[in-house]
Amino acid sequence: MKLQSLKKQNHELANINNQITQLESVVKRIDSDRFSEKLTGIDLFPLKPTIIDIFQINMGKMCNQVCAHCHVDAGPDRKEIMTKETLQQCLDAIERSQIKTVDLTGGAPEMNPNFRWFVEEAYKLGCKVMVRCNLTIIVANKKYYDLPEFYKKHEVEVVSSLPFYNAKKTDSQRGDGVFERSIRALQMLNEVGYGKEGTGLILNLVYNPSGAFMPPEQEGLQRQFKRKLKADFDIEFNELFAITNIPISRFLDFLVASGNFDDYMTRLVEAFNPMAAKGVMCRNTISIGWDGYLFDCDFNQMLDLKVAVKESLHVKDFNKELLEGRNIIVNEHCYGCTAGSGSSCGGETA
Amino acid sequence: MKTYYNPDDLKKFGKIGEFQEELADKFFDYYGEVFKEGALTAREKSLIALAVSHAIQCPYCIDAYTKDTLEKGCAEDEMMEAVHVAGAIKGGATLVHGVQMMNKVNDLSM
Repeated sequence: MKLQSLKKQNHELANINNQITQLESVVKRIDSDRFSEKLTGIDLFPLKPTIIDIFQINMGKMCNQVCAHCHVDAGPDRKEIMTKETLQQCLDAIERSQIKTVDLTGGAPEMNPNFRWFVEEAYKLGCKVMVRCNLTIIVANKKYYDLPEFYKKHEVEVVSSLPFYNAKKTDSQRGDGVFERSIRALQMLNEVGYGKEGTGLILNLVYNPSGAFMPPEQEGLQRQFKRKLKADFDIEFNELFAITNIPISRFLDFLVASGNFDDYMTRLVEAFNPMAAKGVMCRNTISIGWDGYLFDCDFNQMLDLKVAVKESLHVKDFNKELLEGRNIIVNEHCYGCTAGSGSSCGGETA
Repeated sequence: MKTYYNPDDLKKFGKIGEFQEELADKFFDYYGEVFKEGALTAREKSLIALAVSHAIQCPYCIDAYTKDTLEKGCAEDEMMEAVHVAGAIKGGATLVHGVQMMNKVNDLSM
């Protein structure tokens, strides 16, 4: 059966308060410290930013895929899209604050009608632009076939999810036929030079577990992916980021429905790593929601936990100095970023 | 319903030290050392452990090393091939005793 977003299903977890209640009650059930107490124990609470050097924009929740684990609850039925006005406010904030890395995510960011305009403008400002491309968008429609050339022209760094090097695991998480289409898109990216040595065109892949377990050690998995993708499909890429599934939204729904929630949270809590906590991405990233509101990370965004700076709640009021002095909002889902070798949009953190 | 095996007991494995701490500590230290990356990778060791778990038919070990092999990035076909290795050795061990049976038949027969 084709998956639908939680919102479309009128699922109880589409209500964010129910997600937070689930997270708070599981921590009590498994008799764990709250995440804030864990941070207190290592003198890291309240959690403070180091320096904001990544501007991560969620360009909208619309996506051509409906992945079983999606923390955004994205899909074709989601109509929340960042407007050109808000995108312009983002550009103004980037220019004012001299932030040099812009990380575009979604949904499928390419489905935002102003995506290409925005990338061109950010590129003109001298930013390194990263796109979290789901791969299948490249082959979804003729109008996207030239995306690899467009990325190349603007030296965009492409970061793409591929949960495994076979169809079974990939399709179980991302939908039927996604693996085959992803492979075609990766070959198209390789054809213009992405992932090839000496081109400077970066193609990084993201692994996340296809179930209620932790990711493998990143370096060994990268070797495995490189060997298999080269041998089976003649595909090359630069780095593999291994990330942990965060227990919110659709992945939380899976955990609860499959009876794995308590064990998964126990696993995350037991694997709490102080070094990973020091390196969490919310310390150097600011996340901008489709409607321009600011968050500590994409996960807090999905739980509507806005930054704790009332003078700079929205990108039109972006104030880097104030934001760098803020207390980062934490909750029990944060255990996902601090388990084992840590997890961030750039993979391991410890 | 009461059963001899309870999945929750796996989480209590560490508690065997409550009755004999010194030997438990030695065992768990040894266990930890065995599974570290060495001449064999931690991934290879996990697949061996999965195969052995099936050979000794330990449900706790099967649960633990199914999860562990997944967390080491193993694919389902690799995991099942490991189980077949266990099956082949167990089957072979049974069948090779057929030679002993044949020898005995020869001894006893005219």
